[in-house]
Amino acid sequence: MTPTYESYTDFKNQLLTAFREGEERLNGESKTALHQVRRQALTAFDQLGFPTIRHEEWKYSNVNSLIKQRFTIDGTSTLTADELSSLEIPNLEGNVLYFVNGHYQAEMSHIVSPADQVQIGSLADSIKADPDGVGAHFARYADYKDSAFTALNTALATDGVVIRVPANAQVEQPIILRFISDARVNNVASQPRNLILVGKNAEVTVTESFRTLGDNSSFVNIVTEISLDRDARMQYYKVQDETNQAYHIGTTQVHQTDNSHFYAATVTLNGNFVRNNLNIVLNGQYAEAFMYGLYMPNGRQHVDNHTLVDHAMPNSYSNELYKGILDDSGTGVFNGKIFVRPDAQKTNAYQSCKNVVLSPNATMNTKPQLEIYADDVKCSHGTTTGQLNDEALFYMRSRGIPKDEARTLLLYAFAQDVLSQIKIQPIRDYLEGVITAKLTK
Amino acid sequence: MLSISNLQAVIGEKQILRGLDLEVKAGEVHAIMGPNGAGKSTLASVLAGREDYEVTGGSVLFDGKDLLDMAPEERAAEGIFLAFQYPVEIPGVSTTNFLKTAMNEIRKYRGEQPLDAVQFLKLMKEKMQLVNIDQSLLSRSLNEGFSGGEKKRNEIFQMAMLEPKLAILDETDSGLDIDALRIVAEGVNKLRSPERATIVVTHYQRLLDYIVPDFVHVLYKGRIVKSGPKELAYELEEKGYDWIKAEVA
Ligand SMILES: Nc1ncnc2c1ncn2[C@@H]1O[C@H](COP(=O)(O)OP(=O)(O)OP(=O)(O)O)[C@@H](O)[C@H]1O
Ligand SMILES: [Mg+2]
Repeated sequence: MTPTYESYTDFKNQLLTAFREGEERLNGESKTALHQVRRQALTAFDQLGFPTIRHEEWKYSNVNSLIKQRFTIDGTSTLTADELSSLEIPNLEGNVLYFVNGHYQAEMSHIVSPADQVQIGSLADSIKADPDGVGAHFARYADYKDSAFTALNTALATDGVVIRVPANAQVEQPIILRFISDARVNNVASQPRNLILVGKNAEVTVTESFRTLGDNSSFVNIVTEISLDRDARMQYYKVQDETNQAYHIGTTQVHQTDNSHFYAATVTLNGNFVRNNLNIVLNGQYAEAFMYGLYMPNGRQHVDNHTLVDHAMPNSYSNELYKGILDDSGTGVFNGKIFVRPDAQKTNAYQSCKNVVLSPNATMNTKPQLEIYADDVKCSHGTTTGQLNDEALFYMRSRGIPKDEARTLLLYAFAQDVLSQIKIQPIRDYLEGVITAKLTK
Repeated sequence: MLSISNLQAVIGEKQILRGLDLEVKAGEVHAIMGPNGAGKSTLASVLAGREDYEVTGGSVLFDGKDLLDMAPEERAAEGIFLAFQYPVEIPGVSTTNFLKTAMNEIRKYRGEQPLDAVQFLKLMKEKMQLVNIDQSLLSRSLNEGFSGGEKKRNEIFQMAMLEPKLAILDETDSGLDIDALRIVAEGVNKLRSPERATIVVTHYQRLLDYIVPDFVHVLYKGRIVKSGPKELAYELEEKGYDWIKAEVA
């Protein structure tokens, strides 16, 4: 029996109990190294507890309303393939994998790439088949000792995806992971965990897409670990379009080696409370990371993007552009940390965060943090937060474009810098559709 | 076509237009000259509907309709076009996309069908030739990083595309080299017709050699203080404004 939320007085307690009950159901698996890591993670979670706003990293993002709720953890769903069709992205081709309330749905998923290009399997199956192989990477990149949510995920995650791209493989078809929270019946929580290993000189495109069904609360606490071997290239898109009852906390942890290239675009269209951590360790020479972000909280939505780039080796490059459009009482947070370690001479690191605030009640908090311990580096950062340009609006109106149209056109153009990074056309079309609808509302 | 009487406008606390009168009939070209700060751009902006200015008195009729009652986009759809003294940069929107949106909005206002892609491109090609503008410029973000002259030429290109009834050119000649000046003037002259009118704001008589005006007006301290035939422009070029200031005082 999955624990239901009525039975517990405290969310943390519920989670700790869920772990212990799960452990009792394990047989030989509890002896594995992987399970020992989970136990340590649980202890870390127990000790850390949920962060409060006194925690520097959570100053502007209050998880109180999240932890006051009760959720069914890893609940099952009655979602059918027919019902799923309303969530489909038109014309999407490639490897499309569905996860409902955290569980992989083999019948709904399509894996089209040949196995010599890429091996794709669910985490649950991969652990069963090869616990040591998964254990060799699991939790090796994403540190759980300092982060309660990563610790929680490490302890409790049961499913997700494991992707291995062999050396020199070019994965022609994109991989799209669709995480659906089915909150039609009750509050649901899931803890997906992904592991993506890209071999030497290989290339792959992976998208994580998040949707919620129903009016109850949903909570996704996801961790994705990515490792790029030398000369590897990866495009990684994270696309969030959840409901105003959805909580999302996610960490994407990337480990890069020599001359690897990583391109990330994080687009948050909707969600009640969203926290994205994107942490990249450039642990190789000539490694390059590009990070783009777009968020557009309105109503009472809250979107927090934390990025961390750790330049650990010489001659590495990072470039970051985050853009926000904030309306109504929406709030946004951007916290961008750049570390340049003493060895990392000739680092180039650029960071920019630009925001348009459309309502007097919307707020944006930006905090660039540069910690530079090498002397021969080029770093720049800049943040701007302003209103829509009145001069531009008047210019457009004077040519016959009505005010609302002009406004939409300007905001749409503002978003394009980020959207144009997404190279999967059906996903871009889908995003542009949602964005246009949101801007013209 | 345009009938301005006793127009008064303020920005903030400052009164800029102080009872301005001007009549423009279809088919005519009017030049407005005057010293810096006289209110020429203010007049142009008020006619285009910039909301920073508050009209405190007077009236403006355009084809018999109360212009001051209309939103800027309605004025554009009614046929008013302002070539800006300082064209605004619109990041992320190409001239092509911008103009297509503008044209189809105007057509919608007039109850016409939108232009399809083929019709639009054909029109673009034709007008590009007219003002000798390069395709590469039109696919870039509107005015962003354009040189001064390119911005002005782009204004005239937009005018040629939109074919307004009344075009107001605010110092379109400043910053243009001689060749560009001739091209811009040709663009304006090609649009000249018995149904259209043009108001040319300029500091230099030179432009008026190319766009020959029917009337020249001097705007000073928020009023038209002197009007005359095209020869008035030569007189101003030669003598400056002091004699007019003295006349008014
Ligand atoms: N936003 C503003 N606030 C205060 N004063 C303003 C503002 N905009 C314009 N003015 C003033 O209004 C007056 C008229 O300006 P306007 O731009 O209309 O002059 P102009 O005749 O076009 O001058 P120029 O030949 O230099 O282009 C000037 O004194 C100017 O400083
Ligand atoms: Mg002026």
